[in-house]
Amino acid sequence: MPRSKIGLPYTVEHLSILNERGEVDKSLEPDISEDLLLNLHRAMLLGRRFDERLLSLQRQGRIGTFAPITGQEASQLGGVAALLPSDYFAPSFRETAAQIYRGAPMEAIILSFGGYNEGAFLVKEGNDLPVAVPVSSQVPHAVGIAWAIKYRGKKDVAMTFFGDGGTSQGDFHEGMNFAGVYQIPVVFVCQNNHWAISVPRSRQTHSKTIAQKAIAYDIPGIQVDGNDILAVYSAAKEAVDRARSGGGPSMIECVTYRMMMHTTADDPKRYRKNEEVEDWKKRDPLDRFQKYLKDKKLLSDQKIEELEKEIKDEIQKAVEHAEELMKKYSDPLQMFEHVYAEMPPYLKEQREEFKKEQSETGKEASHG
Amino acid sequence: MAKLTMVQALNLALRQEMEKDDRVIVLGEDVGRDGGVFRVTDGLIDLFGENRSVDTPLAESCIAGMSIGMALYGLRPVCEIQFSGFSYFCLHQIESHASRIRWRTQGRLSVPMVLRAPYGGGVRALEHHSESREAFWAHIPGLKMVIPSGPRNARALMISAIRDPDPVIFYEPKAVYRAFREEVPEEEETMPLGKAHFVQEGKDITLISYGAMMRPTLEAGAELKKKDGVEAEVIDLLTISPLDDVPIVESVKKTGRAVIIHEAPRSFGPGAEIISRLMEKAFYYLEAPIARVTGYDMVIPLFSKETFYLPNAQRIVRAAREVLGA
Repeated sequence: MPRSKIGLPYTVEHLSILNERGEVDKSLEPDISEDLLLNLHRAMLLGRRFDERLLSLQRQGRIGTFAPITGQEASQLGGVAALLPSDYFAPSFRETAAQIYRGAPMEAIILSFGGYNEGAFLVKEGNDLPVAVPVSSQVPHAVGIAWAIKYRGKKDVAMTFFGDGGTSQGDFHEGMNFAGVYQIPVVFVCQNNHWAISVPRSRQTHSKTIAQKAIAYDIPGIQVDGNDILAVYSAAKEAVDRARSGGGPSMIECVTYRMMMHTTADDPKRYRKNEEVEDWKKRDPLDRFQKYLKDKKLLSDQKIEELEKEIKDEIQKAVEHAEELMKKYSDPLQMFEHVYAEMPPYLKEQREEFKKEQSETGKEASHG
Repeated sequence: MAKLTMVQALNLALRQEMEKDDRVIVLGEDVGRDGGVFRVTDGLIDLFGENRSVDTPLAESCIAGMSIGMALYGLRPVCEIQFSGFSYFCLHQIESHASRIRWRTQGRLSVPMVLRAPYGGGVRALEHHSESREAFWAHIPGLKMVIPSGPRNARALMISAIRDPDPVIFYEPKAVYRAFREEVPEEEETMPLGKAHFVQEGKDITLISYGAMMRPTLEAGAELKKKDGVEAEVIDLLTISPLDDVPIVESVKKTGRAVIIHEAPRSFGPGAEIISRLMEKAFYYLEAPIARVTGYDMVIPLFSKETFYLPNAQRIVRAAREVLGA
């Protein structure tokens, strides 16, 4: 009868292992092989340099709009590094570095941003989902995959990514709720980069943290320093291991920052102060990781320089190859393919109509 | 052969496919223990367990999105949306993803799922429980939109929909669910998707319809024969999209006259597309303007007036006589 308290002993954990000065908390330092540390570093550096190259291609008009990831290398790579290649990754549209780490060829990404559906030809295998543009719409897909994994009694894990803006969407909440009910192997990773185009994190939700959203669905949630790859990896590893061993879903909030524009069509000067960006530069995920690796004697300035050159060449080759492929994939008839498994008769008719149009246009052109 | 209602025939289709193929999972609100509010999934939980007849939380978008994920993992989900009036929550998942993933990945991934939903008026229901919005789905490339008209074709089309490599929206005419019985063979029977069906041969006029409107259409055909000595050819579309215009064009070339009947609102409805195809492919054979007998361009009224909204045999007969007299 009386008004009483239901004891829900919830707090939200925050995890930070490698601080912005590159100092590590030895008691929390994860056990990561040297190979993996170096692979992650390479993937972070590649992600950053690829972003820079894409931006220059976009500014030169050689590709269209894309969403840069700079500043968010740790929060996405730390997440997918905890997956096995056979696991399932359902990205949003700001996980380019993670897609490359998972095996997507850079050419495929350049072709897609260059306006070529044919980019998908280059992704021949693997379980990863393509980029999902409508915000958080990919979350239920990861839930369905995880449900199927559990149904089949497999040990796979599904991991999906979204941003702070994405946590306002119904699909995010519905997906988290379903996952809680079914106790399925899915990991929800929020890259809280503080900005959903021009709307700040504080205008997305009144909640103090995003991690606390997990509490409502009674699934484990944690907030980590998203610019600290050791913390992101540790939290992701824990969540992935839990999922794989039948412990159900988890959510991770990576607190990071979108250092660049939302997409190349956006001008952040309209809504945020440069001081804020400068302040976040001091917390750069790559700088602190390089310092950590140097302290561990795994990396030196000379090695970084060699790696920079190697990556630059690799990106250059990918750009050249992608531009060759753009010429190769110039046939517009391709656009009629893969609408259905079998082309309906009226679409065949439309394709014929298009061919005829093309040949008429060709004739008109040749007759001046 | 047993005489079954459409509800029983759909239940038979689901049961037989679930027996044959453990990739087939039914899911949705109240589909498990309750067997669905119309009982289409009745008893499946007892036969196959709660992992194959799955009660979901009440969130249609996630039911559709989760089905997409299940299909991507290699399952064959058949999700139920309790009433088509609630399926618009799924429009975003189906339009943005289910219908496009094959295209987006250039054939690497596909989404073989079925979304079932009862549609249409005539059962004296609440608001949002009586509408007919198949045109929304039929407008989406990459998606199939199927509407059976009777128990036997419902069973056969459902099996084909489950086995189809592409996503299928399967609207079930709830006015037909228990309205009549048909002989439905126990042994497997399928019907190809994307094929319209001649229900009745005739030489004077073509009546084109689908779903719950097939009954008043056939009634009108009988009336025209009896009172006017007119032989109507009747076509049941069965699949709204991809639309099979071959029998329609063939028939109208023969009869020169056509009436299209659907309960969906007239403007931008399926009839508009059928007329366009006829203009493109059979214009010179037409003896009279094509008529449409449809729902009016409004929200279907609450049930005290829904019979005024829904096409009936008299309206169809009147329209046919005008077309014949022209």
